[in-house]
Amino acid sequence: MLEELDSLDRVERAQYLLELSDDFQEVPTSIATRPFPENRRVPKCESEAFVWAQEQDDGSLKFHYAVENPLGISARAMGVILDETLSGQPIDQVANVAPDIVHRIFGRQLSMGKGEGLAAMVEFTTFEARQRLTRRN
Amino acid sequence: MSDINSRGYVNADALVSTDWVAKHGNDDGVRVVESNEDPLLYPSGHIPGAVEIDWAADLNDPLRRDYLDRDGFASLMSSKGISNDTTVVLYGDRSNWWACYALWIFQLFGHTNAKIMDGGRMKWEAEGRELTREAPDVTIANYSAPARDDSQVRAFRDDVLSHIGSSGKMIDVRSPEEYSGERLHMPDYPNEGALRGGHIPGAANVPWASAANEDGTFKDAAALRDIYESNAGLGSEDDVIVYCRIGERSSHTWFVLTNLLGYGNVRNYDGSWTEWGNSVGVPIEK
Repeated sequence: MLEELDSLDRVERAQYLLELSDDFQEVPTSIATRPFPENRRVPKCESEAFVWAQEQDDGSLKFHYAVENPLGISARAMGVILDETLSGQPIDQVANVAPDIVHRIFGRQLSMGKGEGLAAMVEFTTFEARQRLTRRN
Repeated sequence: MSDINSRGYVNADALVSTDWVAKHGNDDGVRVVESNEDPLLYPSGHIPGAVEIDWAADLNDPLRRDYLDRDGFASLMSSKGISNDTTVVLYGDRSNWWACYALWIFQLFGHTNAKIMDGGRMKWEAEGRELTREAPDVTIANYSAPARDDSQVRAFRDDVLSHIGSSGKMIDVRSPEEYSGERLHMPDYPNEGALRGGHIPGAANVPWASAANEDGTFKDAAALRDIYESNAGLGSEDDVIVYCRIGERSSHTWFVLTNLLGYGNVRNYDGSWTEWGNSVGVPIEK
């Protein structure tokens, strides 16, 4: 996905990410219902994103997201990307994903505020993996 | 929110309502322009006929830390179907913060026939108005830009040093945490960070969003005077410099002071804290 994004110009990248955002599926009600608990809220994210990690039988995690701000289109795209690329992956790999990957995904011209919010989604997601790693060790 | 003309602004013509845009946005001689922080908002749906101007890709020089030059601005305007006599109506996310930034840059090239749609994208959406993903049909226009004039509404670091020396008024529009120096930047985003925290000596702290209502519209003139004059000590005759981190949030305050309150001498220091907080030897207060 990253290589594909690298090959796109600004307009193509926006279109690609928008299509991902359109595919966003909110956290199922079997995992969480509104009002979502505050301890699932991503700090510093003005799109009001929430993250859940569901443990799978094979020890991996399935990630779920909610984005409460209707203007949070980038956050919804980010949720789709994180779910598609990190759910089911070995948690030691998930734990090591760096938050600054958002700039490779959304482009270097992302504003600081937007970058912080999206990076915080990555950070929250990878924290879930690090927490499990710590427990298992 | 009340009618724009009833709010007591000095230059109420600098704003248009969502109603006005719905009726006149596609008139001959009018071009609606969306400018956002979130690069996905415009392609996700925009006001029919609106074009996009991206604050980073379109308005900034790709290499130097500076804005586009005369040829770049003329080329941008032409490509967006804007001619010299086009009325440009800007709107965007974040209570029009980025739209004000674009409008401020338009002033560097003398394109004064530019307005803000009050309430921005949030209000348009809240009112359930039409958004489309259809690309607008744009006819390339002729645009002749003058040389960029940075002398009237833009301040540089040396201007700020001189301003401090003469006890000029300054407004720091960042958050209280940034103003106090408690917060510098996120560890992973040093590109917009600074080595030192605090604020420029003498600057009052008035966060930019103080000027906006919950629905993204601008507060009325009486409320704005309370904020900037009663509380922050400004007067309409003052020589004022505003700043933030890179000059975008402070564009919103520049617009308020200049257009809504009628201040005649307000400059935006776009170097802002990312320059000041990294500069050697400049004074800083905490």
